[in-house]
Amino acid sequence: MTTRDGLAEKHCAVSGIGQSDVGRRLGRDPLELTLDACYAAVADAGLTPADIDGLSTYPGGMAVPKGFTGASAYETLDAMRLEVNWFDSGVETSGQLGSVMKACMAIGAGMADHVLCFRSVWEGSAQGAGGRASLGPGGGQGGTIYAGDFQQWMLPFGSAGAPIWVALFAQAHMQRYGTTPEQLAQIALNARRNAGLNPKAIYRDPMTLEDYFNSRMITTPLRLFDCDVPCDGATAFVVSRRALAEDLAKPPVYIEAMGAALHDRPSWDQLRDLTRTVGADAAAQMWSRTTLTPADVDIAEIYDGFSYLTMLWLEALGLCGTGESGPFVEGGTRIALEGSLPLNTAGGQLSAGRLHGYGFFHEACVQLRGEGGARQVASRPKVAAVAAGGGNTCGCFLLSTES
Amino acid sequence: MTEPSTLVVLPVLTERNRHFWQGGAQGHLTFLRCQTCGYYLHPPIPVCPVDQSKDLKPEAVSGRATLASYSVNHHPWLPGFELPYVVALVEIPEQPALRLTTNLVNCPLDEIEIGMALRVVFRHFEDPGGDVWLPLFEPDGDRP
Ligand SMILES: [Zn+2]
Repeated sequence: MTTRDGLAEKHCAVSGIGQSDVGRRLGRDPLELTLDACYAAVADAGLTPADIDGLSTYPGGMAVPKGFTGASAYETLDAMRLEVNWFDSGVETSGQLGSVMKACMAIGAGMADHVLCFRSVWEGSAQGAGGRASLGPGGGQGGTIYAGDFQQWMLPFGSAGAPIWVALFAQAHMQRYGTTPEQLAQIALNARRNAGLNPKAIYRDPMTLEDYFNSRMITTPLRLFDCDVPCDGATAFVVSRRALAEDLAKPPVYIEAMGAALHDRPSWDQLRDLTRTVGADAAAQMWSRTTLTPADVDIAEIYDGFSYLTMLWLEALGLCGTGESGPFVEGGTRIALEGSLPLNTAGGQLSAGRLHGYGFFHEACVQLRGEGGARQVASRPKVAAVAAGGGNTCGCFLLSTES
Repeated sequence: MTEPSTLVVLPVLTERNRHFWQGGAQGHLTFLRCQTCGYYLHPPIPVCPVDQSKDLKPEAVSGRATLASYSVNHHPWLPGFELPYVVALVEIPEQPALRLTTNLVNCPLDEIEIGMALRVVFRHFEDPGGDVWLPLFEPDGDRP
């Protein structure tokens, strides 16, 4: 491993955060939501758009699926009249937060000083207007649908998307380690408890274990409440050069380490071990870039596109032992706001809305700054683990209040 | 089994994948195999990742498999699929971690067990672009 100074993230801190309105179906122009988040992040840092000299986003401009991206890099650069020294977007990266890693690399490489990062979705409105395009070909009566590329190995068998692919992993974990549906439920119940304290969360009504088990079975063992809720909303950060961030409006949130590694096949069914995530590769890399250890983590903000992915990440990050995520979350007390490892303190994507990876990073910054309001973890966390993605696209961060 | 090609999802046949999707015509589950080192390449690609050989040929395997995982799907993601249906991940014994995503058929839901012995059964679809035989898997009554 290279020296500390050689690591890009050691030159970086989050100086500003911003988020648009978030709702199930806002019916607003997604570019407007994007700009609301971006301008808010810039202002939060005490900067102006003229100070922004870099831009990074996930996934950027894409034709499909509808609602998956609210604004491209070009649209946002132009709408804000930014003059940048570096910019990037792309979907083939280490999870949604791969875009934030690239921002750190740009700063570490001397290409920029203040990089605006954003993720914008309008899947709630898009799906309200006509089905979830991300789950394969649309409806239609009669005829044959043809699947090419990767989808040819999935769609002919009705393996129509991530819910089923993740369900297959979850079932294997249950078989191998004895993980129970009651344990899985804790991820959803914890998210809902915390969402009740987050005024921007989509679903805030209390959920009981009985409510969870009464929710519709989607694909065993995943129920409706194991699946995140599509929404409209945008989230943005300004990642700044540390030396500059320290003189800005808010206390910097330091980027202590990041992980992007992918050592297994980028596949949903050819993995070496079905009960392990490629997030474990990313996490191992992250821990290799810091002197901190899993014992130093005060809060965890972990992707819950499906509840099981959070459990898998808890193991990957070393926050519990391999195969032990079930007992770790059992009963929900350990992961509650008052517990030893508060988890998904804003309600996660399960209850607060599928802001797609960026919501977790945002909430980690909120908590580390002590700006969580009713949901603020009282012990004032100093170190947060943030992880996003699942399947073949995983990335993680360690954020800290101390440099 | 022969099914009319209505309301189904079929693979786009290409030179690269034809052996896999049409192997069922001879009753064989067929993978591309490196003739130099014996590695099965799935999904099929033009160069062996083990030894960079381009001497690759489709070869039949036994058609046996074990159930690595499954999910009983109750949600109508796609038209033309009768609910519920069982999506299965099956392990092909000829090579570690060589798996297929497929359907488990001819098996009562309460008899599904990870690790159970399976065998391939093909479902034939006529199609103007070339007939397709989807490899599905059923319990292998001849093995415990
Ligand atoms: Zn070879």
